[in-house]
Amino acid sequence: MRKKYGNLGIYIVLLIFSFFFLLPIYMLLATSFKPLVEIGMGSMWLLPKQPSLEGFTDSIKRLSPNLLNSFLLVIPATIFSCILGSINGYIFSKIRFRGINLLFMCVLFGMFIPYQSVLFPLIQFLQEIKLYGTIWGLIITHVIYGLPITTLIFRNYYMEVPDEMLEAAGIDGAGLFKSYFLILFPLSIPGFVVAVIWQFTNIWNEFLFAVTITSDPKKQPITVALVNLAGSQMVQWNLQMAGAVVAAIPTLLVYIFLGKYFIRGLMSGSVKG
Amino acid sequence: MHKKKKWLGFLIISPTLVVIGVFVYGFIGATVRASLSDWNSFRKLLSGEFVFSGLRNYERLFADWRFQTDMWNTLFFTVFFLLGCLLIGLILAALLDRNLKGGRIFQSIFLFPMALSLVVTGTVWRWFFAPGILPNDPAGVNVLLGQVGLKSLQWGWFTVTDTIGPFNLALVPVIIAAVWQLSGYTMAMYLAGLRAIPESMTEAARVDGASGWQIFWKVKWPFLKPITLSAMIILGHISLKIFDLVYSMTGSGPKNVTDMPSIYMFEKTFRSNRYAEGSAIAVIMLLMVAVVIIPYLVSTLRKSD
Repeated sequence: MRKKYGNLGIYIVLLIFSFFFLLPIYMLLATSFKPLVEIGMGSMWLLPKQPSLEGFTDSIKRLSPNLLNSFLLVIPATIFSCILGSINGYIFSKIRFRGINLLFMCVLFGMFIPYQSVLFPLIQFLQEIKLYGTIWGLIITHVIYGLPITTLIFRNYYMEVPDEMLEAAGIDGAGLFKSYFLILFPLSIPGFVVAVIWQFTNIWNEFLFAVTITSDPKKQPITVALVNLAGSQMVQWNLQMAGAVVAAIPTLLVYIFLGKYFIRGLMSGSVKG
Repeated sequence: MHKKKKWLGFLIISPTLVVIGVFVYGFIGATVRASLSDWNSFRKLLSGEFVFSGLRNYERLFADWRFQTDMWNTLFFTVFFLLGCLLIGLILAALLDRNLKGGRIFQSIFLFPMALSLVVTGTVWRWFFAPGILPNDPAGVNVLLGQVGLKSLQWGWFTVTDTIGPFNLALVPVIIAAVWQLSGYTMAMYLAGLRAIPESMTEAARVDGASGWQIFWKVKWPFLKPITLSAMIILGHISLKIFDLVYSMTGSGPKNVTDMPSIYMFEKTFRSNRYAEGSAIAVIMLLMVAVVIIPYLVSTLRKSD
């Protein structure tokens, strides 16, 4: 009996926390489905009287080029950084020589730095190779600065694969490349899922590189476009909130359907921001 | 291991090492160099001439009232953000550790903000805390407070310039938004830690007649201590360089009440062409993060050896 009531208390606390976690989401959705005429201050916490897709059609019309940009950026950047991360992770987990851990640490440091500390030379470099302001400039940037985290994810993943499995192949005469392609790579699917999801989410959500490397509104990714939309349309809150929903949907879908892998990426010592 | 294999392995990672060497360490070097130059106008940058000006840019920053405010804001933001995330994360993890029915749903609710962009979070919370024109025409949460009879709690949120000592009260809504986004992450870390504690240990304590409270602090907490440290370092380095959230939610605010070094760096470099001073801010940010991260990296990798 006592135990039952004990759990009741826990549920109440959890529900209170859930209420506060979901309150901004309620506001976001309620506002985004309101027609502009209902955006009065008095009714801001009420559900829309006449739900409307006005905010969505309007924001999609404005944001669709930027949505496309984000996909054009995220897909190649994710693929390249994950392939490179897998190869690096293989070497860092299975080959041992003096100083390799120090080298790994130096690579890893690259994922923690404030990117402000490389931004100015990076932009000069991109200007020099004529990729400043382009999606390809952003892709290269994200592949390079994504190397530490993808290497880490694959290294941790391959650490779990027993060395004996690779050595057995080595005895059969399989070289470094063969043991990677024949043994490790086929085992890597879950590792790839984790790394792909992680990179997809992070690059999609990224803002600092996006806002400094692209300046033409037509070439900017969705996060920059959302901030610009918010800055220019102070009154049309339904438009802004619908825009926020649109910008969030791809990563939210990933979270909803592949949450398990998202959390695994989160736990592999990885960081957001 | 064959020597040939080692060399081949090194050869395979060497492109990555070169790229990281140039784009991380080389570029950091270039930023440090720029911070020691006089490139404080577009014309001077374009001339390509490097005039060494010592630490003048740093001196100017530390004498700059706005930059001093930024440092205080970073300090208070970091402290309260950490406290909030650790406390809420610990409470939620302790509650969810009991394999309750529906626990997974709660877990998903607390963790989903992690999947959102900080820019989305900023946009949503800006509307949430938009104060409107008080007291006649409130907006955001002020409307809700008015409707549930808590009019006295209506407040200017991130637009107020009130302070407690050097603490800008306008930071409170920004801290709330950041805790909202990242406390689920601390929860997940603590939860993973709690689930790794062998059942036999808690069982033994229970047999010895320890209360739930005692079990938590005496048996479980020692396991959670190192997790707390990792969480502090990871969250701390995020807050030291926070940009997206503040930029999209409040910007600098009136009298720079919610300004951060990252925002000042952005404006110096990209709005007023004061590249040298912007670079100096970036170097200071890097130093702050390095102090936190390097010992962490060294100790983590030493453990894994």
